[in-house]
Amino acid sequence: MALKPAEFKTEVHNDWCPGCGDFGIVNAIQMALADMGAQRDKTAIFSGIGCSGKTSHYINTYGVHTLHGRVLTFAQGAKIANPEMTVVAVGGDGDGLGIGAGHFVAAGRRNVNMTYIIFDNGVYGLTKGQASPTLKLGEKTKSLPSPNTNSNVNPIGLAIASGFTFVARGYSYDIRHLKDLIVQAVNHPGLSFLDVLQPCPTYNDLNTRDWYAGADLMDEAQKRHSRIYKLEETGYEPTVHYDSEVEINEKLAQALIKSLEWGNKIPTGVFYKNENTTPYTVRLQDKIPNYLENSPAKQNISKDGHSNTDISKILDSLEV
Amino acid sequence: MSSTDFTWLIGGPQGSGVESGANIFSRVCAEMGYQIFGKREFYSNIKGEHSYFTVRIADKKIHSNVNDVNLMASFDAETIFRHYDEVVSGGGIIYDSDLEETKTDAVHTLDAPFKERLHKELESKNKPFTIAGVLEIAKEKGVLLYPVSFKSILLTLSEETENPRLKGLIRMYNVIGVSLSLGIVKMPPDSLQKTIDNIFSKKPEIAKINQQTATYSYNYAAAKFENFAHTLPGTEKEPGTLLVQGFQGTALGKMVCGCRFQPYYPITPASDESVYLESNEILEITGDRPGSTAVIQTEDEICAIGMTIGGALTGTRSATCTSGPGFALMTEMLGWAGMNEVPVVITAYQRSGPSTGLPTRHGQDDLLFTVFAGHGDFPKIVYASGEIEESFYDTGNCFNYADVFQVPVIHMMDKFHASSVITCKRFDPEKITIDRGLLLDKVEDGYRRFEFTEDGISPRSRLGMDNGIFWNTGDESDETGHITEDPIMRVKMMDKRMSRLELILERIPTEEQVVSYGIEEYTIISWGSTIGPVKDAIDMLKKEGISIGLLQLKLMHPFPAEHVSSLLKDAKTIIDVEANHSGQLGKLFKQNTGRSVDYSILKYSGRAMTSTEVYDTLKKIVENKAEKREVLMHGA
Repeated sequence: MALKPAEFKTEVHNDWCPGCGDFGIVNAIQMALADMGAQRDKTAIFSGIGCSGKTSHYINTYGVHTLHGRVLTFAQGAKIANPEMTVVAVGGDGDGLGIGAGHFVAAGRRNVNMTYIIFDNGVYGLTKGQASPTLKLGEKTKSLPSPNTNSNVNPIGLAIASGFTFVARGYSYDIRHLKDLIVQAVNHPGLSFLDVLQPCPTYNDLNTRDWYAGADLMDEAQKRHSRIYKLEETGYEPTVHYDSEVEINEKLAQALIKSLEWGNKIPTGVFYKNENTTPYTVRLQDKIPNYLENSPAKQNISKDGHSNTDISKILDSLEV
Repeated sequence: MSSTDFTWLIGGPQGSGVESGANIFSRVCAEMGYQIFGKREFYSNIKGEHSYFTVRIADKKIHSNVNDVNLMASFDAETIFRHYDEVVSGGGIIYDSDLEETKTDAVHTLDAPFKERLHKELESKNKPFTIAGVLEIAKEKGVLLYPVSFKSILLTLSEETENPRLKGLIRMYNVIGVSLSLGIVKMPPDSLQKTIDNIFSKKPEIAKINQQTATYSYNYAAAKFENFAHTLPGTEKEPGTLLVQGFQGTALGKMVCGCRFQPYYPITPASDESVYLESNEILEITGDRPGSTAVIQTEDEICAIGMTIGGALTGTRSATCTSGPGFALMTEMLGWAGMNEVPVVITAYQRSGPSTGLPTRHGQDDLLFTVFAGHGDFPKIVYASGEIEESFYDTGNCFNYADVFQVPVIHMMDKFHASSVITCKRFDPEKITIDRGLLLDKVEDGYRRFEFTEDGISPRSRLGMDNGIFWNTGDESDETGHITEDPIMRVKMMDKRMSRLELILERIPTEEQVVSYGIEEYTIISWGSTIGPVKDAIDMLKKEGISIGLLQLKLMHPFPAEHVSSLLKDAKTIIDVEANHSGQLGKLFKQNTGRSVDYSILKYSGRAMTSTEVYDTLKKIVENKAEKREVLMHGA
């Protein structure tokens, strides 16, 4: 029987700041798991370090709170060893695009069938508000001593360039839309990436909830114009339908250009989706024909305390 | 008294087939019943720099190389310049007669410090700076010279076989060198043919050319060079003898003990093990469908250990394999594994540090680093294999320790192991047991991963198990695995984890912790691959009526201090032998037992110890002529 979102909650006290965008994301994940009929003990949430790292403690599935920048390494290892698990990795933008950027790129090349959600707020919250990789050059959030001297990473563009086969952006205050994106991402046969814009009410006084809502963009009739809009409402078509180089390049280029849009109009929704790229598990199966039905985690390695592996042919070949 | 104890050396530029030549030679000798101890030395380079292989052949079990070379096969000038002085009186040098006038300056890969030493030597003996010059010195010492024009051999062969391609096929030089050597020592020729057929069984065309070249060269030498003192007619073969490369011990051990997941990042000298595992990734399973090892090449060592931990959390026996620089990157994660009681095995093939150091050379530089690796206090095991044969069985033990004690285990190996080729008794998989400790297959509701138990070890669930949900965190946690900063819970959890160290010393059988080869007035403590040369040196001294004891340390952390102290209570003089600068085992020993070692025999030139130099130094110690710290230098 499918579980309710509440059944994916733990009793652990949530200590995020009031008004934190992270709440929306964790709620959306719980709703998405319920929506998909996920089984608690066949699902694992891996998290990095920082405020977002605590997410795994708030979700009632297997939860692995890893190290700063390294969440993808643990998550991919678990998924490859036990491909039956539903694996969702989460972390902040500093975690995934700063210290963990190398793993981000390498994960794209592998295309392991799992989901990575970045809580993107432009600051390092838990260390009191330093600039993170998505903060723009020259911006000065309130706890920075001086304006940011680095240019920003474009998470969507980097994901596309790295080979992620599902790339989308959500907004933490549009929980229903975010939930739908998470469901799509988890169901995607390959590595999916979700960049979630998540205002940090304590340290990022630039990209606030009001700013995303366009409070500063009122027209003459005092009507707000939200910066956030949905790609799917504009007729944008992210999906690669045919496995042809021409179409793939076209969709990649389109997504890359779209990823550069920022300012008064910020796109959310699916930027790019390609189900034709072989997931890593299939690549492994090409080498190891029974990999999926007899995965590393499933293999029986002993009988009565002794090995059942027969290496006698190898030993014969080494014998003189 | 051993009737055969013969050392053969082949050298040449990297990429010229030195290694395959040595493999053919070793295989032939092993087929003919001899025991082999071979070692490869090479530069961090793909093509062109000097590499060489020393193969020691005996009719009894040997554990090391010696200083003396009895026959050297060379086909380039550099090998002669670098090794002519290792060949002893009565030994021989096979060389390409077309190289006689080659000057030292014409060999661009001779580095300045070496060339300076060589020139000084030639000058002092009044010889020209040429191949002819060094060969004269050898000849005056009593070395026999075997000039052969490799070019003419190929030319004649090409005419005889009507194969014009052969004429310029200089990559046959290695086979010529090997075959000339075997002809000189009168090795029965059919073993050479059989070995070549075996090695090239999948490439009949190549096998044929090699066969022709080998036969011709063998006959050429057998007919022309008759005066050599050493012969290798073959000896009785010990049934069930393997010819193995160093890295195969741990790799085969991993297959047998059920390691099914090995992420790794390429690094010398560790990658060979992973590549070998992947080459044999499909496994035969008795009474079941095939099994497999998923070997994953990652983007760096951090990912390698991260994936390994992820795999271990699913209940899969998981390992990675690396060397010092890679291990350095893994240390943060090592603490995470310790904190979360995750059984992972890190096979650490050490090389010479610090930093990049001598990346293709030997060293036991990382003992203290591994023992103290990671920030904060957490339990782990550091376990060191002595000889290659042991490493197969030790691999099984390491995985059991990891599972039973739920700790990361660092299995210490090194470059000397990795690039040795040896004969040993066929590995017996039956001797490896599999103990997964408190790993659960099923669990009822109310499971808590880090439940406090009497002995501090909690039943272990795995990702994906029904009702087995747990949380992990690198933060301090409570019994469920959720974050806590409660001071009392903190102390309880630290005590729970750290009590593992006592338990390890209690429960691992003492004979797996330390191996005593006898305690004498003079007793050696040593570890890792250095055990091999030490054993042989002790044997040499025994023949002279000098008894030296030996304690091999295998469990390096937690250190079995009481057991070691009591074993050594009758040893008056303790000699530490190891391949690093600071005498790391000696320091660890003192830290744990309070006792200082009396002598240190150390080597950090990047070359493994020979039994000859250990023997010489031990003798100096016994004769009271040694310094407290003796540094060994042998080896080009």
